[in-house]
Amino acid sequence: MRHHGDTVGDGLLTMLSVDKTFGADIKALKDMSLQVNVGDFISLLGPSGCGKSTALRIIASLINPTSGRVEWDGDHSRGSVGIVFQEPTLMPWATVAKNVWLPHRLSGISFRKARSKIEDCLKVVGLEDFSNSYPRELSGGMKMRVSIARALVTDPRIILMDEPFAALDEITRFKLNNDLLQLKENVGCTVIFVTHSVFESVFLSNRIAVMVARPGRVFEEVVIDEGYPRDESFRTSSSYAAYCRRVSESLRRSTNAKT
Amino acid sequence: MAHISDEIETSRSEASKAIVDVDEYRRQRRARLERIGKWLMPLIVLALMLWMWNRIVTVNEIPHYILPDPALVITTLAADISLLWNALLVTLRITLLALAVAVIGGVGLAVIFTQSRFVEMSLFPYAVILQVTPVISIAPLIFIYVDNRTVGLLLCAWIVAFFPVLSNTTLGLNSVDHNLRDLFRIYGANRWQELVHLRLPSALPYFLGGLRIAGGLALIGAVVAEYVAGTGGINSGLAFTILEAGYRLNIPRMFAALLLIAGTGVLIFLILSLLSHLLLHKWHESAVKREA
Repeated sequence: MRHHGDTVGDGLLTMLSVDKTFGADIKALKDMSLQVNVGDFISLLGPSGCGKSTALRIIASLINPTSGRVEWDGDHSRGSVGIVFQEPTLMPWATVAKNVWLPHRLSGISFRKARSKIEDCLKVVGLEDFSNSYPRELSGGMKMRVSIARALVTDPRIILMDEPFAALDEITRFKLNNDLLQLKENVGCTVIFVTHSVFESVFLSNRIAVMVARPGRVFEEVVIDEGYPRDESFRTSSSYAAYCRRVSESLRRSTNAKT
Repeated sequence: MAHISDEIETSRSEASKAIVDVDEYRRQRRARLERIGKWLMPLIVLALMLWMWNRIVTVNEIPHYILPDPALVITTLAADISLLWNALLVTLRITLLALAVAVIGGVGLAVIFTQSRFVEMSLFPYAVILQVTPVISIAPLIFIYVDNRTVGLLLCAWIVAFFPVLSNTTLGLNSVDHNLRDLFRIYGANRWQELVHLRLPSALPYFLGGLRIAGGLALIGAVVAEYVAGTGGINSGLAFTILEAGYRLNIPRMFAALLLIAGTGVLIFLILSLLSHLLLHKWHESAVKREA
């Protein structure tokens, strides 16, 4: 399902010294730069108010930067970005399949034409038996899976995830973390993942951008040099513990280092 | 034979399920009582009131041109049914037309409001003024300027009925999940798509709530307007029937007509509630029945 023409390691997008100011003087982001390559799983990690969601919304073109810019390498059309919010954000009046249809529906593709693609995506997240259910019939974790299936349905070049599992219980979150890695293997997608959990970011990412608040910016980038596929055993390995220590350390330094 | 014993077995297991513990047993008994009581209690109250009414009339020997016996109201209803039925149809026609125009006008205006904040700013205060001014005080003016009686009646009923549709639908159209709006923007939805696929479905529960209120109000508006219009003839509705019966001291007929109006109001409410249930029961929280 990988987006055609993208090769792992190629550049995908670059944020070039992006500033974002809300109102007169609330600096949400200051001089943020980030290079994203195809196949990356990048976590934006930091305390609330560090601008990680703002960065995500700028990449999604939902808001414009005050200065600086986002440059895309290659095709950047509608459907090349998928997004998953903290809430499942499903339409309660539509069935699971109709929810996953939405991105295609908005570009004028009929349900019948999109059907096989929708079914594929539901299979990827393990919900192929629930295509005719309504969202209220599903658990929180299942709703999140529908949300992920919807983000996948356009074969996006990149998926933006804004604390997608923060509202779930720990057991469900671990399960979805594993499934997300599995999905990354199968689909080969590029992900930017906003989180405030050190453990989650280390488990999932190959790169972590540790961010600092007021004004929001990248403090340091930590590379998690651990290959994929990763599984549950990584969670208990000594290298995992070492990375977690390293990232926590970086977070602590970032909050002390006030400029 | 086998399936009978099966049946006994199931009923026994159901019975044992019912008394799995004391709390559960009490809960189920309570639920059963409430199910029956919901229908039985109002009927008991009705029977009591009718009995008291009958006693008061009989004991005090009240003449029927002051307060008729409930039985006389029913016989009058049966005797005058063709006259009352025609009057009811006239009132009902105005009511339903007014409701239809209220839905078209209310939803249409609400959609325009959400498409342009400036139109909303300009017009909403006047919608409120129209709503808070008692229709009975506007109606005489309307009948001066509008020659066609039906149009005049319709206008009065519409003024009363359209506001709940307008305000509820506006609220609903603006109550869209902001993340869903972002999602629509990311996938390049145009205004029309956002309206049809996002705003209108989001507003549906609100609209239906407004519609149920508007249904009752349309009937009230139609009746009030008829009172003001006052002229008789073949096209007179239930309100005029009541007025006329009052002049003639035909009190039983007044009660019979009143009964029909109240019954019509209840029927409209029930039909709109059913409509609301049919449209929402699959997905909306308001229609979800929870266990325990």
